[in-house]
Amino acid sequence: MKILVCVKRVVDANVKISVKADGSGVELANLKMAMNPFDEIAVEEAVRLRESGKADEGVAVSLGINACQETLRTALAMGLDRAVLVESDAELQPLAVAKLLAEVVRREEPDLVIMGKQAIDDDNNQTGQMLAALLGWGQGTFASQLVVSDGEIEVTREIDGGLETLAMQLPAVVTADLRLNEPRYVKLPNIMKAKKKPLDVIAAADMGVDIQPRLTTLKVEEPAVRSGGVKVADVAELVEKLRNEARVI
Amino acid sequence: MGVLVIAEHDNNSLAGVTCNVVTAAKSLGEVAVLVAGEGCAGVADEAAALEGVAKVFLCDNPAYGHGLAEPLSILLAAVGKEYSHLLAPATTFGKNLMPRVAALLDVAQLSEVIEVVDEATFKRPIYAGNAIATVQSADQVKVMTIRGTAFEAVATDGPAAPVAEIAPVLGETLSRFVSRNLTESDRPELTAARVVVSGGRGVGGKENFALIEKLADALGGAVGASRAAVDANFVPNDYQVGQTGKIVAPEIYIAIGISGAIQHLAGMKESKVIVAINKDEDAPIFEVADYGLVADLFEAVPEMTAMLE
Ligand SMILES: Cc1cc2nc3c(=O)[nH]c(=O)nc-3n(C[C@H](O)[C@H](O)[C@H](O)COP(=O)(O)OP(=O)(O)OC[C@H]3O[C@@H](n4cnc5c(N)ncnc54)[C@H](O)[C@@H]3O)c2cc1C
Ligand SMILES: Nc1ncnc2c1ncn2[C@@H]1O[C@H](COP(=O)(O)O)[C@@H](O)[C@H]1O
Repeated sequence: MKILVCVKRVVDANVKISVKADGSGVELANLKMAMNPFDEIAVEEAVRLRESGKADEGVAVSLGINACQETLRTALAMGLDRAVLVESDAELQPLAVAKLLAEVVRREEPDLVIMGKQAIDDDNNQTGQMLAALLGWGQGTFASQLVVSDGEIEVTREIDGGLETLAMQLPAVVTADLRLNEPRYVKLPNIMKAKKKPLDVIAAADMGVDIQPRLTTLKVEEPAVRSGGVKVADVAELVEKLRNEARVI
Repeated sequence: MGVLVIAEHDNNSLAGVTCNVVTAAKSLGEVAVLVAGEGCAGVADEAAALEGVAKVFLCDNPAYGHGLAEPLSILLAAVGKEYSHLLAPATTFGKNLMPRVAALLDVAQLSEVIEVVDEATFKRPIYAGNAIATVQSADQVKVMTIRGTAFEAVATDGPAAPVAEIAPVLGETLSRFVSRNLTESDRPELTAARVVVSGGRGVGGKENFALIEKLADALGGAVGASRAAVDANFVPNDYQVGQTGKIVAPEIYIAIGISGAIQHLAGMKESKVIVAINKDEDAPIFEVADYGLVADLFEAVPEMTAMLE
């Protein structure tokens, strides 16, 4: 079985971003970048399937600027075999990403695509579902458990009411939720080894895919800020304030 | 043209969040609701009584019985072409379904819309709610998910709109329902509760969570949690509040033993009144709390519960 894993380069989850003064976007200069946390979980799942012998090849793919190579090297250091960068300096919205990924899938012919449920920059939570639609494949989104058997997978999904399990034939798309696994830390020797693993670069423009943005961002603004309130001395004062000042209990 | 709202339901009753989605829909045009499921005629009647709904379409077929995205998206892509907007709630149901519909229609999808500016322009949070983007769509059909807490709910006792049955549009079977393991609870639903009491890693264990539950019960509220509490198995996954969990905006949110990471704040900072109980006076949660109590939760929470019972 061959697995394709999609990894996006995003602002590190621990960085607090700020909005550009002219309202044109988020200030990204000099921020620490990292692999989208959900994609780390996706990579880990693929590496485990690889290590258990269920998969014989794991390919990482990232779409974006040249610096996405760093993200791909991290995926290789975690244990994937090879990487593909679809390079583009243009803004890539989820539909465009899904179309480019569908083209990568046609070329690579994986049995399973694992991606994150959500990129933590634009918080879209769309690309996996769109890719599955474009390919006419089944989708197991928000996965907290993945069981692979002969030609079929069982995906347990985190849904609003609890958990749900679906079965689907391969090929299929799975998107990882937080509880699917705990990604490993990358060890130094593996970072060295990853440098020697193959990484192909394809220009997005050569993929023959319409990647025009459909949405235009007119403005980006700071949310209304909440100012901190008061500290109360004890429980009695807290209850008194909630009753008589805030009047919420 | 007009707006089509995709009802969320379990074949027996309409999910309350649909009422919030209808409010967003009303500002965009005449509202029709699609109820697709199996044995769900009662849900269609409920939808017909929502204030502001002009028409309900009922599509009753076993293929739609479990709310799977693959068959539902085929139906929606066929029916939805006739509308200017397709709206669903930004729940796991809507998030699973709507991007698939959008891709079949070759249009973009807008996630977690919190404000309708005009019929093509919408506001949505990005970066865990640390920025709000105003986005304009150039697509013929605008497909979006609506954040329920950002819109009021319409009344559920309006004049009954006509219900029309429509034929299913079926495709290849791509996935199969196996089982569902829903968390049982007599408490109010987390995203709609007036009071939410949430516990974090500081609660320290599964058994200790009873402290949080007792306080919630004394206030008639729902119980939530941070990711750390869910990861540590103190509570089930559906309790998670935050950027990648549930978004809540109750009248009062009580965060107990929660530090206040940006990912957690993203899910609760629209609450009307925020209370934090934490033993670390420098915990970031205090920066957003209207009332902060620096205390050991194992002493403060039982004391507060006793006072309220
Ligand atoms: C991709 C991604 C998505 C995420 N999504 C979410 C999300 O949706 N929701 C979410 O919540 N988090 C999310 N997180 C995790 C988030 O970053 C934090 O790690 C998490 O919220 C921390 O949970 P916590 O506050 O319970 O734990 P901690 O940060 O460990 O805080 C525990 C707090 O308890 C206090 N405490 C300890 N003992 C006591 C006591 N006896 N009495 C009183 N106080 C006590 C401590 O002072 C401390 O402030 C996400 C992270 C990532 C990377
Ligand atoms: N530019 C990209 N390159 C690689 N993978 C991506 C890219 N954008 C999105 N993805 C994948 O799609 C998932 C969901 O992203 P989104 O729909 O943008 O929230 C991410 O977790 C990634 O796995």
